[in-house]
Amino acid sequence: MGKKIAVTGYSGPKVRSDCEVTLELRIKGGITIDLTSKVRVLYGESIKTLCREMMDFFRIRHAKITINDTGALPFVIAARIEAAVNMLQVTEEYLPEMIRENTYSTTKDRFRFSRLYLPGNSPGLMINAGLHSSDGIILDLEDSVAPVKKDEARILVRNALRQIDFRGAERMVRINQGEEGIRDLRSVIPHNVNMILIPKCESREQVVKVNNEIGTIRKKYKIKDQVLLMPIIESALGIENSFEIAKASENVASLAIGLEDYTADLGVPRTIEGKESFYARTRLISAAKAAGIQPVDSVFSDVLDMEGLRQSVQNSKALGFEGMGCIHPRQIAIINAGFTPDTQEIEKSKKIVIAYDEALKQGLGVVALGSKMIDMPVVTRARKTITLAVRTGKLPADWKNEFIASGN
Amino acid sequence: MAIRTVINAAGRQVPLEINGQRVIPFRGVGKHLPDGRKYAPPIPSCISYPADGNKVVESLEEALVKCGIRNGMTISTHHHLRDGDLISNRIFDIASALGIRDLVWLPSASFPCNDPVIKYLEDGTINRIEGSMNGPLGRFVSEGKMKGTAVLRSHGGRVQAIQDGEVKIDIAVLVAPSADYFGNARGTGGNSSCGVIGYAKTDSMYASKVIVVTDNLVDMPCFPMEIEGNYVDYVVVVDKIGIPEKIISGTTEITRSPDRLLIAELTASFLERSGILKDGVTMQAGAGGTSLAIAVFVHDIMKKKGWKSKFGFGGSTKYMVKMLEEGQMDYILDAQAFDLDAVRSIEKNPGHIPYPVFNAYNYHSKGNLTSMMDIMILGATEIDIEFNGNVVTHSDGYLLHGIGGWQNCLQARNVILPVPLFRDRIPVIVDRVTTLCGPGELIDVIITERGIAINPLRKDLIKSVKGSGLPLRTLKELKDEAEKICGKPEKPEFDDRIVAAIKWIDGTVIDVVRKIHTE
Repeated sequence: MGKKIAVTGYSGPKVRSDCEVTLELRIKGGITIDLTSKVRVLYGESIKTLCREMMDFFRIRHAKITINDTGALPFVIAARIEAAVNMLQVTEEYLPEMIRENTYSTTKDRFRFSRLYLPGNSPGLMINAGLHSSDGIILDLEDSVAPVKKDEARILVRNALRQIDFRGAERMVRINQGEEGIRDLRSVIPHNVNMILIPKCESREQVVKVNNEIGTIRKKYKIKDQVLLMPIIESALGIENSFEIAKASENVASLAIGLEDYTADLGVPRTIEGKESFYARTRLISAAKAAGIQPVDSVFSDVLDMEGLRQSVQNSKALGFEGMGCIHPRQIAIINAGFTPDTQEIEKSKKIVIAYDEALKQGLGVVALGSKMIDMPVVTRARKTITLAVRTGKLPADWKNEFIASGN
Repeated sequence: MAIRTVINAAGRQVPLEINGQRVIPFRGVGKHLPDGRKYAPPIPSCISYPADGNKVVESLEEALVKCGIRNGMTISTHHHLRDGDLISNRIFDIASALGIRDLVWLPSASFPCNDPVIKYLEDGTINRIEGSMNGPLGRFVSEGKMKGTAVLRSHGGRVQAIQDGEVKIDIAVLVAPSADYFGNARGTGGNSSCGVIGYAKTDSMYASKVIVVTDNLVDMPCFPMEIEGNYVDYVVVVDKIGIPEKIISGTTEITRSPDRLLIAELTASFLERSGILKDGVTMQAGAGGTSLAIAVFVHDIMKKKGWKSKFGFGGSTKYMVKMLEEGQMDYILDAQAFDLDAVRSIEKNPGHIPYPVFNAYNYHSKGNLTSMMDIMILGATEIDIEFNGNVVTHSDGYLLHGIGGWQNCLQARNVILPVPLFRDRIPVIVDRVTTLCGPGELIDVIITERGIAINPLRKDLIKSVKGSGLPLRTLKELKDEAEKICGKPEKPEFDDRIVAAIKWIDGTVIDVVRKIHTE
């Protein structure tokens, strides 16, 4: 037999809402639990009960479990314990309840203005993430997780997907590259992931491989809801192949650009004005639009520079991007406001929707606004703009009455 | 020997006697209106004092001895030097060296720098502390290690108790950043400036003996004086009364926590949409990160609308000073300054006025500031579904904070408590507060990151935000949500022994803290 002691999780003066679990398998002596916890008085017994239940579940009869807890929620403690067991023996999955709120699905054409990145092994940032009204929440298994912590993070992210209410935000996971990424999919796909982010995507084949694996998992678990894909282009080669990537599967809904890695690939520093990535961004936008999907921008990395962010969102929108990544919840409101349609767009959309209604009423096959013919997708987009304008309070729900009353 | 207890008007079991003194159980808000007369210190004659006005003595020890320090006396101090205070502990070093025992320490607040007094609680130099308990001191008291019973009062309750003679101060040791030889003193000047010493006035007026300790002796008169020399017995000049960087935090900063900012934003929009925030508003917010963020958001709203606040009550911070200096606030009335910008403002802005807590908070007086405030932003460690608040113990039963001005501030027109729904799995909204500090009928609105609960008694407020789109919930719903996420907490176990009494602002006993049960 190999090693008998496993340590998972985190503790220390700066750690909050997490715990460190040390599991030592023994050959006799039953289960002993050594708990140090900030919340011992309030939750000591329930933490110990959870430990015993889990040891039972894993059929471990003799072990010493040492827990150093800074207020971890039960799904976090469970993830840390399971990860420790996992390091010592082959295990089944110990799944916390899938809460009812977490069963929603997504659609390809929904807005993706803001997507909030959360490090996949930091539970403290996850619990309230849904309160900040981002369109998507990304549980990241890739760059924010240390290589030795990948297994642990997968379990934590899986539990988070089952237990945390993200309040309607699109449930996204950024997987790792290559085989590690395939392992990620097997852990998370059965737990209602709406969208998978594929990092450092350079070829059509990468997307197909991920998509096929998801297909296999969906079949195995009889998952009906679709799982969408957002390839992230982060290299010169990826940019050159971006149209192919965008068209790789029906499930690709957005194409994102990752500028830190891209500029590194070019061997130039990333600047705020972004001249060095202008070609890449416009090329990617064009490829995405050509494929009929959303191009979405990279993250703005200075979380204190709100004015800089506002500028960056404006530039991004002007180029044709339809969303941006967030690394701090405070960025969400600015990004959402930036990509929300402005008055001009709303006015135009109102006219298109009314013209369409009129055409329908009169049984006309074609919709025209003035002398200009309007395609169906334009109507669809105008409706989306209107829906969003209503949703963001920029337009009253009964705007049509007002529109007609005002003699427009 | 068991002490008789009764159930008070808040439903809490409290004793009729504390530290050998009879006490009155809480009778309900506004129900205890004592008659009788205020306490008065002994009558001095000027002839007993140096005719040239020079009251300077060689050392603090000499001053204490001349004041007749002896066993069982009550010694008071104020907390304006905060965690940089170098004098309070020295009083007890001296007392201990003199073999004095069973002192009562009456600080207006204690700080981590005061933890060394634990050894004097252990060796019997100090019998008990009547004042706030934080950190290790709170732990010490909670575990039943203090000989006497702690008495926790609000800032206003402390001045009320001194005024009414519930506590008789034998010697007040009042540090002052500037003082003259006659004992006139103020909070500014020198190397240890703290801006204001608004907590010292009552002690100077009601103590039998008063010692002023300064490291900045200025020419007579030390003006504008916050402590008047006529009340002072001795002046002591030392090298250093405090550590400047620990007296004042260089700068107070708004929270960066996204969740706290969300709470602050929600609070500001509640204030705006309910119409409580208006031109001419009076308001008070603390110096915590969330309160500061609220102040910033409120400032923005007022600027946009062209509104002005008539006055705000400090503790002052740079954010309040900004409102004053940019023209959104006419006056800052101030009992304590929290940061360097606030200290500088007191020195240069005529609209920034030192205002003693005796005048601002005293319940037994002919009116005070608290009931004049439109908006009061406060915190709490726990709130129960009846809106009752706790600020002194945590859910684990340990004493961890002082009351500060919290209870006094509940008299404001709109009392708003922005709090997180839980802190590191510790729920803030509970079935029943561990320790009752403030009755729910005085607490109007609870604002959490997951929704806003308005006290059902405030029908006007409920009506004012109808249809505003704000996330309104009941406290019960919020509590259930917290429990769904965190689990239902167990309760701490207590022994019978009472380790601390919590006084209400009128001097009655609203609740007690019992000794934590340790295995």
